[in-house]
Amino acid sequence: MASAPASTPETSFLRDPRVRSIFWQVLLLALLAGAVVGLVRVAAGNLRDNHITSGFGFWNQPANFDISQTLIDYSSSTSTYGRAFWVGLCNTLLVAAIGIVLATIVGFVIGIARLSTNWLVAHLAAGYVQLVRNVPLLLQLLFWYNAVLKALPDFRDSLHLPGGGYLNNRGLFLPSADFGGAGETIMAALGVGIVATIVLVVLARGGRIAAGLATGLAAAFLVGLPVVAALASGAHVTFDFPQMSRFNLRGGMEVIPELVALLLGLVIYTGAFIAETVRAGIAAVQRGQIEAAEALGLPRILTLRRVIIPQAMRVIIPPLTSQYLNLTKNSSLAVAIGYPDLVQIFTGTVLNQTAQAVEIVAITMAVYLVISLVTSFLMNLYNARMALRER
Amino acid sequence: MSSIAAVGTEHSLVFVRTAPAPSLPPPFASTGVIGWMRTNLFGTPFNAVLTVLIVLFIAWAVPPLVRFLLIDAVWSGSDRQACLATVAQPHIGACWAFVREHLAFFTYGFYPIEGRWRVDIFFAMLAFGMGWMLWLDAPRRGLGALYFFGIFPIVSFFLLYGLPPLGLEIVDTSLWGGFLITVVVAVVGIVTSLPLGILLALGRRSQMPAVKIVSVVFIEFVRGVPLVTVLFMASVMLPLFVPPAWSPDKLIRALVGVALFSAAYMAEVVRAGLQAIPKGQWEAASALGLGYWQTLRFIVLPPALRITIPNILNNYVSLFKDTTLVFFVGIFDFLKTIEASREDPTWATPVTSASGYAFAALVYFTCCYSMARYALGIERRLGRSERR
Repeated sequence: MASAPASTPETSFLRDPRVRSIFWQVLLLALLAGAVVGLVRVAAGNLRDNHITSGFGFWNQPANFDISQTLIDYSSSTSTYGRAFWVGLCNTLLVAAIGIVLATIVGFVIGIARLSTNWLVAHLAAGYVQLVRNVPLLLQLLFWYNAVLKALPDFRDSLHLPGGGYLNNRGLFLPSADFGGAGETIMAALGVGIVATIVLVVLARGGRIAAGLATGLAAAFLVGLPVVAALASGAHVTFDFPQMSRFNLRGGMEVIPELVALLLGLVIYTGAFIAETVRAGIAAVQRGQIEAAEALGLPRILTLRRVIIPQAMRVIIPPLTSQYLNLTKNSSLAVAIGYPDLVQIFTGTVLNQTAQAVEIVAITMAVYLVISLVTSFLMNLYNARMALRER
Repeated sequence: MSSIAAVGTEHSLVFVRTAPAPSLPPPFASTGVIGWMRTNLFGTPFNAVLTVLIVLFIAWAVPPLVRFLLIDAVWSGSDRQACLATVAQPHIGACWAFVREHLAFFTYGFYPIEGRWRVDIFFAMLAFGMGWMLWLDAPRRGLGALYFFGIFPIVSFFLLYGLPPLGLEIVDTSLWGGFLITVVVAVVGIVTSLPLGILLALGRRSQMPAVKIVSVVFIEFVRGVPLVTVLFMASVMLPLFVPPAWSPDKLIRALVGVALFSAAYMAEVVRAGLQAIPKGQWEAASALGLGYWQTLRFIVLPPALRITIPNILNNYVSLFKDTTLVFFVGIFDFLKTIEASREDPTWATPVTSASGYAFAALVYFTCCYSMARYALGIERRLGRSERR
């Protein structure tokens, strides 16, 4: 471009690409700035006319509404709108975290099943993927919530789940583990185990210790440390099973039906998309690689672990990331079934009570943006590590 | 051959075959149904176990489903009594009578009964335009595009909204509903998102930093937030940003939200196509003296869009599914009409919800699956020309 003869004297000033480029950019920015200023002035006028004072003052006002699921302390009488925001954010993150784990499992199982040599397995998996991908998620959520969970028997006729759980139209009741006061110690031990695992992974990647040794040590740290901590602190783990009483199920851990429905919908829907990603990734591994592994006499499971999956992961990871983000964003459909996620609490109840539309929508969008950007940043880092290093 | 036989003496007992032996039939167990089952269902012990488990699963799941959807289903009736379990018929399947009764509501929403022919003409015009665009060997496809992207939207606006001088009464958009709204939202999204998406994609690949930054920020912002929040933004914030006199109605706000949202996704699809065009094409066009827009029109966009068609269509499938989200800003789209009728007390039965959702799923699945199959067909067709 720099060597282009565009700026030679015989070219007209108006035909100089650089001049034109600057002109268009200035025009665009001027139009944008004009639009923003105009919109802000109109909005300010409208707000004044409607007696809405803008600002974030509402953040510290008492919220005065109930939330059906709170992971952090919250009470309708004393907590503020700001606290409600954090409650909603935690609920969104809870759904996203559980959903991502389960959808990954479903997706990998179905994706591998689609490539099975068993005709029935392959076609059943394909049918699942086609059916689920071509029906809107919102419809699926409404179906799970209204037609399945609400139609379950009431607590007297609860469905008994293996392992002491109950499922009825008030939700899912699971046994909870009680560590008799040693919970913190065990959690701390688990935390140390996780840190140790990360260190081992880094060491193994750097080639400083053998991968097999690292795997063994990591497993020992992850499982062994908490067990040792539990034994050392003398805790005897007791399980609290939900018990049937006259009016309800008592004890154990209660999962509200909205969360169950949302997870079912999100996991089944996202699982189908992940399955497609996985299938495409595995199909992208060259046939010769598998044949070479067979020729070397590698058993099928080793071929999968050492040859197919490492190469397929390179292809799978970028679209997998966007599926994780989609799941997180789609969890906002919780509004439809009344699960108290960020959108339901904040852009729903709080917005209705305070009428601070601009601020609230902006905060909500900012939260999702931050989640999206941070996730893509982390995944890009990981992707850069996994990418094929060519000479 | 006979010469070989003649090598030995007259009395040689050596048998020499003079013609190839007839080929034996393949082993019984490797052909036909049994052979197919042996290779595809019982190839390995693991596969055999899987097959047995799946057959058991199908035997457990499919008959009740068929009973519910077809055998025990109630096909006609005028109210909930028809779909309640009685002593004579203890098992009640899907209540299709409910769907039949509400079919008009699911299709037109609250659109006035005497004006429904207008909606029917709209559907017919849409079907005609889609047929013209989707049938790849149709005559005058350029004219078809002009019809679909130019004439059809304008005519349908006046047809649906009304044009008093021609005797078409105004029908407020708050009365529109059902499948009509779903189609309107989808068509507006389809018609607006492609041009906007192309502009954004070009902006993102522009050499001008300001244009590039503006496009990237817009695309990444919209793609980073859920559609629900975009719709909320459009529905609660748009009225704030325009003078009260021209406050747009609810449907327009939702349409703006959907159009902006799908444009950002479309931009990324188009960008992938643009990236596939070698730089040499641009340089060659420059050397020929073509300007920027001429290069786009004649050199870059035709092949870039052609290879992107399957992805564009898949994007349209997502868009069609996303139209359900206008539900949240109080618009009676197809799903919302089902959701509202489901709670109709005259039809309150234990199976009403499931029937409504099954019907909705069938409609959405038919639309989306046929679009997806069509995209796949185009992809194969394109692939054929690439393979040569």
